[in-house]
Amino acid sequence: MPAVSKGDGMRGLAVFISDIRNCKSKEAEIKRINKELANIRSKFKGDKALDGYSKKKYVCKLLFIFLLGHDIDFGHMEAVNLLSSNRYTEKQIGYLFISVLVNSNSELIRLINNAIKNDLASRNPTFMGLALHCIANVGSREMAEAFAGEIPKILVAGDTMDSVKQSAALCLLRLYRTSPDLVPMGDWTSRVVHLLNDQHLGVVTAATSLITTLAQKNPEEFKTSVSLAVSRLSRIVTSASTDLQDYTYYFVPAPWLSVKLLRLLQCYPPPDPAVRGRLTECLETILNKAQEPPKSKKVQHSNAKNAVLFEAISLIIHHDSEPNLLVRACNQLGQFLQHRETNLRYLALESMCTLASSEFSHEAVKTHIETVINALKTERDVSVRQRAVDLLYAMCDRSNAQQIVAEMLSYLETADYSIREEIVLKVAILAEKYAVDYTWYVDTILNLIRIAGDYVSEEVWYRVIQIVINRDDVQGYAAKTVFEALQAPACHENLVKVGGYILGEFGNLIAGDPRSSPLIQFNLLHSKFHLCSVPTRALLLSTYIKFVNLFPEVKATIQDVLRSDSQLKNADVELQQRAVEYLRLSTVASTDILATVLEEMPPFPERESSILAKLKKKKGPSTVTDLEETKRERSVDVNGGPEPAPASTSAASTPSPSADLLGLGAAPPAPTGPPPASSGGLLVDVFSDSASAAAPLAPGSEDNFARFVCKNNGVLFENQLLQIGLKSEFRQNLGRMFIFYGNKTSTQFLNFTPTLICADDLQANILTKPVDPTVDGGAQVQQVVNIECVSDFTEAPVLNIQFRYGGTFQNVSVKLPITLNKFFQPTEMASQDFFQRWKQLSNPQQEVQNIFKAKHPMDTEITKAKIIGFGSALLEEVDPNPANFVGAGIIHTKTTQIGCLLRLEPNLQAQMYRLTLRTSKDTVSQRLCELLSEQF
Amino acid sequence: MIRFILIQNRAGKTRLAKWYMQFDDDEKQKLIEEVHAVVTVRDAKHTNFVEFRNFKIIYRRYAGLYFCICVDVSDNNLAYLEAIHNFVEVLNEYFHNVCELDLVFNFYKVYTVVDEMFLAGEIRETSQTKVLKQLLMLQSLE
Repeated sequence: MPAVSKGDGMRGLAVFISDIRNCKSKEAEIKRINKELANIRSKFKGDKALDGYSKKKYVCKLLFIFLLGHDIDFGHMEAVNLLSSNRYTEKQIGYLFISVLVNSNSELIRLINNAIKNDLASRNPTFMGLALHCIANVGSREMAEAFAGEIPKILVAGDTMDSVKQSAALCLLRLYRTSPDLVPMGDWTSRVVHLLNDQHLGVVTAATSLITTLAQKNPEEFKTSVSLAVSRLSRIVTSASTDLQDYTYYFVPAPWLSVKLLRLLQCYPPPDPAVRGRLTECLETILNKAQEPPKSKKVQHSNAKNAVLFEAISLIIHHDSEPNLLVRACNQLGQFLQHRETNLRYLALESMCTLASSEFSHEAVKTHIETVINALKTERDVSVRQRAVDLLYAMCDRSNAQQIVAEMLSYLETADYSIREEIVLKVAILAEKYAVDYTWYVDTILNLIRIAGDYVSEEVWYRVIQIVINRDDVQGYAAKTVFEALQAPACHENLVKVGGYILGEFGNLIAGDPRSSPLIQFNLLHSKFHLCSVPTRALLLSTYIKFVNLFPEVKATIQDVLRSDSQLKNADVELQQRAVEYLRLSTVASTDILATVLEEMPPFPERESSILAKLKKKKGPSTVTDLEETKRERSVDVNGGPEPAPASTSAASTPSPSADLLGLGAAPPAPTGPPPASSGGLLVDVFSDSASAAAPLAPGSEDNFARFVCKNNGVLFENQLLQIGLKSEFRQNLGRMFIFYGNKTSTQFLNFTPTLICADDLQANILTKPVDPTVDGGAQVQQVVNIECVSDFTEAPVLNIQFRYGGTFQNVSVKLPITLNKFFQPTEMASQDFFQRWKQLSNPQQEVQNIFKAKHPMDTEITKAKIIGFGSALLEEVDPNPANFVGAGIIHTKTTQIGCLLRLEPNLQAQMYRLTLRTSKDTVSQRLCELLSEQF
Repeated sequence: MIRFILIQNRAGKTRLAKWYMQFDDDEKQKLIEEVHAVVTVRDAKHTNFVEFRNFKIIYRRYAGLYFCICVDVSDNNLAYLEAIHNFVEVLNEYFHNVCELDLVFNFYKVYTVVDEMFLAGEIRETSQTKVLKQLLMLQSLE
């Protein structure tokens, strides 16, 4: 062996790496690696004790192999041994191996923690640094438990070396992020704040990061950091470019620290007057420096300087209180909009977006409209164009809406596919919001469909229909315009949908014109019929039946169409059913009944635009929400100020092509109340032979139903005659339910027919096997129900049982407890994962919360059992407060899987609970919250 | 905060991967591939920033190597762009005209450099003088 044991060069490692690099194929590489693994394994197992150098070399080779993407299942023990070496290079490799290949093997964790403890106590700054970096890199809960108490002490101790303080500050930050409950605030916090005054700027840099994160959660505790940060910042920005020596970067004094201090200040409102004056001076100095000639031509200089400038502008926008500074910031950004550096143009557009929402700078931002429009047309980088679209959207108001919408529409013709949908949403929102004249709105949306029909989502065309229905001044124009647009030989299917719907409602308004007589309208729509998809055809069939009511003169033509084999015998059940029902309706119903059933749609309740909700979902809550909130205050809303409705209501009432236009289900099941539409009763009469008229729900059924949310077996219903028992099992998105019907009498039940009636929104496939129509006295029959959850749903199916007992006809209806939570699969996870996911689901629509009074005694064990019965995993020791319950699971549907997190916080004094659900889908959060709230 | 730091070559070989948040191995591999796909298609006229999932990538190309830092959307782009350059200048000094092979053969030292300059997803030390002094001191230890 060559004598290389001095120093840290490892010849064997270098040779091995060269070998791997020289391998010609993947197979050769694997062969070489396997040979090396065998060699290392034999060395580790051999009788001869390995010296530290060899151990280090082999562990380092293993690490290299792991980094190449191969699994390593040994060597951990040797790595841990290296931790207790007294040589830096051996210890370093040991720590590196541990940090990269963390193993939750508890035995090892104990040994590792032990070694870390020794190094922390060693008073050797190099060893302390290694140990702290290891904790900061791994950051596991076990480490937090072991060291969260110790690290603050190291951080604030007077004799700790600067470099150790830096590491300790960030190490503590990591532990706070992963296990905030284990890092309680204490005496040390005030001393940490004073690190902002430290002589060593590296210590200040690290401490500022720590304080910023802690201050976000504990603003009171760190209030004093504001004045210290301002004076530190002031000293930096007024220093000559050489004063800070090591910390001057391309003539810019401490740019990263300045940025961090400015971010810390963004955790707080504007400070009190004395400090505020000083801060304003700082910000003015930064803005002034931006105007000075550069001290260097290097891009590093301008980047560092502008990093500070952009952060200063963020702070100015955050405070939103100094009109002078806001306007200056806007002017500065305006200059950047035309800068030759793409980065600066991009950042200026982005930053101006937030300035546009401030009342002080909104007008100043608007003056740059031409430059921004130009950016939209000329920028080469799609992400810059995207920012330009964002800014146009943000600066839009009544005064420039027509121009901006027109520019966006023309950009849409050539826009990148990746951003088309978003532009469509933005145009739709702006057109609605700033429409003075609704004919402009209708034209704009139809243009949208013409230019980018494929990107016009359902929300957009639902919305135009809602608006037309709600505003009678535009209905005639809308009918005329869609009629004209439909003349085009090829038009987008979305246009057919909008056209079909609008003509079905308001075709009569243009029927006086011989060029758009009823028959012409009908022929025009029907010429598109065969090219359309099933949902559109279903919608058109509804339009036709509406025509039967509007225009008696085309009734015969339409009946012929409905009667044709292609409709009555259509392979699609929905189309066939509509054709059959509409044909029958048109035949048997009197004119009066037709007029009532097919009445014009009532106005939709005002609510938050579903398009806006969609845009928020696309863009994440931050940008859009803020913008909208502030803008809503400023501009009187044309729609008479729609109240932002809770997310739950918006889904239910948008017209959907498959939802019944008439507001009548095939059979109105509505288990919780009478059918919503006033005309519902009529239709039941008309169809009484085909639709199953459901009996009112059996008394007590609602209670029994709730009891089954958290359990699968038991008695669902019982009266003097009949007992219904259930046994069910669910796996992923599938379930099987056995229903047992027991005849409690000694007489036969005849014509025994259980029927399942599903609500429209029950996205489940339910298959039942028929049962014997005769049930002997004292006997029990069994029925199997197979269930497949297609997507999430709210309403449970209703089980309706009809039978003849003695001479009387019996009818029982009960809700069948097939609820969304049955498709839960529990997920175990560690605290850190839980909170990380919790944070990821921070979109406001994803969270649903309910605070309610306890209906049952608040017993911990029963609560736990209920949460487990509900289907989610019960996660112990995750919530910092042991009295709380948290759970996690995945809802399986055929189409998708939805991750769900829940947290239940009991308040014993008040006898209340707070239940919070966060899932990736708003409707799921809502439904699970309703279901579970009923349980306690 | 920094979510991860990646150094990749044009062919997509990873020369350094430093993670500041928990990902499982499959996820890491996916991220590495996605970042490569996103960054290599961009040219010099493009910005040095790319939106990436719920985060953004700040990157800079040096010869055949891409230095990428994934940070939160609200983080300061230019500060991290220059943090990359600061880091590269330190590597250059430490390895005397650094090249890709230095990073391959001394991968375990690169981690030390990273830890001196970035820790727990935050910038730890920005002074090149201080970092290099510390690195030389460590180098001299046995």
